[in-house]
Amino acid sequence: MSVAVETVGLTKRYGQVVAVQDLNLRLHTGEVFGMLGPNGSGKTTTILMLLGLTEPTAGIARVLGWDPTRQPLQVKRRVGYLPDSVGFYDELTAWENLRYTAALNGLSSAEANRRIGEVLERMGLADVAHRKVGTFSRGMKQRLGLADVLLKQPQVAILDEPTLGLDPEAALEFLDLIRSLKRDGLTVLLASHLLHQVQSVCDRVGLFHRGRMVLEGTVDELREQVLGGAYRIHVQARGSDVERVLGEVPGVVRVTRTDGDAYRVEARVDCRPEIARRVVATGELLALSVDRPGLDEVYARYFQQLEAQAGGAV
Amino acid sequence: MSTQVAQASAEVPRREGSPWTGLWAVVYKELADHLTGVRMQILETLMLLTAVGTVYAATQSIRQTIGEDPFLFLRLFTTAREPLPSFVGFLGFLIPLTAIALGFDAINGEYNRRTLSRVLSQPIYRDALILGKFLAGLATLAITLVALWVVVTGMGLFVLGVPPGGEEVARGVFFLVATLAYAGIWMGLAMLFSAVFRQPATSAMTAIAVWLLFAVFWDMLAALVSQALRPTQYGGVAEELAQARLHLLLARFSPNTLYAETVIALLNPSVRSLGPVLITQLEGAVLGTPLPLGQSLLIVWPQFTALVAVVILLFAATYVLFQRQEVRA
Repeated sequence: MSVAVETVGLTKRYGQVVAVQDLNLRLHTGEVFGMLGPNGSGKTTTILMLLGLTEPTAGIARVLGWDPTRQPLQVKRRVGYLPDSVGFYDELTAWENLRYTAALNGLSSAEANRRIGEVLERMGLADVAHRKVGTFSRGMKQRLGLADVLLKQPQVAILDEPTLGLDPEAALEFLDLIRSLKRDGLTVLLASHLLHQVQSVCDRVGLFHRGRMVLEGTVDELREQVLGGAYRIHVQARGSDVERVLGEVPGVVRVTRTDGDAYRVEARVDCRPEIARRVVATGELLALSVDRPGLDEVYARYFQQLEAQAGGAV
Repeated sequence: MSTQVAQASAEVPRREGSPWTGLWAVVYKELADHLTGVRMQILETLMLLTAVGTVYAATQSIRQTIGEDPFLFLRLFTTAREPLPSFVGFLGFLIPLTAIALGFDAINGEYNRRTLSRVLSQPIYRDALILGKFLAGLATLAITLVALWVVVTGMGLFVLGVPPGGEEVARGVFFLVATLAYAGIWMGLAMLFSAVFRQPATSAMTAIAVWLLFAVFWDMLAALVSQALRPTQYGGVAEELAQARLHLLLARFSPNTLYAETVIALLNPSVRSLGPVLITQLEGAVLGTPLPLGQSLLIVWPQFTALVAVVILLFAATYVLFQRQEVRA
């Protein structure tokens, strides 16, 4: 699998403040990678370095084999960027705004018109193509932003906080559009602090904290690594020694009694059938349900563990 | 991959690609914005009305007073008739305003509209963006000035019924170029402030404050300082000359003085010197035979060079500042 984006020891310092520390990132062609973490954890700075819009203090970045610091035009010709809360020229229409982008990309007039029509159609903005962007809603501007990204027919799309400020419905629609980029074979790098929203579109994620990528992998891998299990099964049962029975089920990592008859089982696999069989054999099963913890929880738990370790060390 | 990476960085020591990629796209877009924007339309209307008003007044005055003037057309620009000032006087007032209006939100406007990172993520360097904006501003000013100049000349033809001579046209063209340089200074200053300040209101107010300083207070300050440093204790000619020279030297730090001197010498062929010796004769002097164009140009060459140099300096400062700014607001 070829590598679309790679960084080695990428570091950015603003004076004493470290924005990005020793980042080793590797995106394979065609995958959707989520850079997730709270505001100020270095996501946007990383993106700006990948686009050559800010210079790294140390380390190396390669985007499609080009060096963004030295060959930014080559990189920017092939990479589309949707900035955090993207802005347009309000007094121009959607079409005129895209015409400017097309001109900056050196597209011929005919080619520009053809592509603009296509991307606006795809983003569902064909009806408002000749309306001033000042009248657009947040969601429309965001879709226009994606149209702007697609206009140059990029190989890599970098989306910064793509769902921020969108209502839940618009956010879901937007995530669908991102999935459609993946189907087209684009490599997508998206940065967000809305972990629960974007986890569903990401093939792999990296969790950022204070300029470092602290965890990396698929969502399932992270769940297992941090929470001990990718599945959380809620069991309500009466009987003798339910806790021990549950603990002996293959695949179960941890059992906690939450209150009265209720137990929480963390497991690597969905072992509800086995749990049901064993509990029924020894007692009464009252309720059984499963949920899959989100990245929010993974993230929160990870830092609880870190703090606990730090506390233990002191 | 890491070894490839190391090789690649050794092979590519400098930035690749022309810094002017996309320059014309920026120029066209900004030019279109300026020419269609309400801001510029208001100012252009104002200028046009002023031009028509002052030149009409001037033609009335010229017809009454000067019968046989070899440079009738140049009088159109400089003749004032109470209560209106001359066309040139009005221009000295309106041009800085227009130029500031063109530049004061050039850079902070892009930050505030959150368009900067999107535009810079297109395959262009920042150089193209800043130079494109500057060139588009200058082009807008040039278009406006040429249009005004043509209107004035046309009105002159119509009302006076005399065609302008070759030298008059040449002087008029040099006057245009000097005016463009003067306008470039105020636009450059406004753009510099637009890179320094985050709020367009702040950059506009600061640029206007600087303009007021030079338009209203600078000459007073120059007079005060020269009187303080070269007092006329005994009332001798040498003392007065020294004071006048210092005054002029200080006054010439103002672009307004430089522009006024350039315009006077260009539009008034009888002006023979801009120095203190003849300073009393500069006001409407028609004594003596007129100088040829080449000699007039020689007189204003230092002033004109200084005007152009200030434009370049201001642009360079803006350029450096913008290049070093973070893209993120």
